[in-house]
Amino acid sequence: MIIGSIACLEIKNILSSIITIGVVGLGLSLAFLFLGAPDLALVQFVFEILCVIILIRAFAKRSIEVRALRRDVPETIIAIVILASIFVLSIFAFKDLPSFGKPIVRVAERYLAQAGVETGSQNIVTAVILNYRVYDTLGEVTVLFTAILGAVTILRKTGRKKRHAE
Amino acid sequence: MQNNFPNEGMSVIVKTITRFTVWLIFLYGLYIVIHGHLSPGGGFAGGVIVALSFVHLTLAYGKNFVMERVNKFAMNSLEAIAAILIVLTGLVGLYVTGYFLANFMGVGKLYTLLSAGYIPMLNIFICVKVGMGLYLVFYYLASFKPKEG
Repeated sequence: MIIGSIACLEIKNILSSIITIGVVGLGLSLAFLFLGAPDLALVQFVFEILCVIILIRAFAKRSIEVRALRRDVPETIIAIVILASIFVLSIFAFKDLPSFGKPIVRVAERYLAQAGVETGSQNIVTAVILNYRVYDTLGEVTVLFTAILGAVTILRKTGRKKRHAE
Repeated sequence: MQNNFPNEGMSVIVKTITRFTVWLIFLYGLYIVIHGHLSPGGGFAGGVIVALSFVHLTLAYGKNFVMERVNKFAMNSLEAIAAILIVLTGLVGLYVTGYFLANFMGVGKLYTLLSAGYIPMLNIFICVKVGMGLYLVFYYLASFKPKEG
């Protein structure tokens, strides 16, 4: 994934750059799969394909000149200093986190134990997102609806005429 | 099926293979939706797969071929109707049990297809909404042509 993202920034051809974005997403999907989250892996995999198709349709035929980045020395030094300080601080922060597989939140244990009995759903992820946390899903659907509304409004062919256009 | 736009889309090889694969992709999306409470997946992933099958058809045959068969107004209204039905499900739950979006059907027997109360129903609504919506976004992006000048 890291190799893919570096290659995406460095490659001059726009089509190869989009394909490396796809490589990053599929690597993330594989990471989800090996961590034991098939639901997330499926969604990530499918969405990555859709994103790559849309990006290729949008950018492949346009001739976009890729400008070579000039690297200023002081800006690079500032960026490296900030990243190093964030890295050092995050080491202190990660020490206080609970270890993997032992969550602080107690409600997860109840979900694991009771989800089958309370909701009748064998897939606990579905039980959580569609029964215990339905408000979340409703908000997500609303976000998608708003995005589609924006796309239709901006990209439609004929604009609605003003009534007092005379 | 008669193709009125034979010059659009990709080559004959791609079109012939698409004729076999598009139904498989569509049925796989439906399977993921209907079995969303039994196996990994759910309405969101299944809806994206259904949208991807339409995208597949559009890429292989060109957008005029698809738009001749699928009504754009019907897709727009299906998406909106699914959104309304999700909220209506919540209101029925509010009326029956007293909580918004509460499970108003029985829990059912574990590990069977018709179980888990209202979860499969919500999965199907979300599938219709996500699938139609993502395909419409793709269609509008594909049919957008910037004006010269």
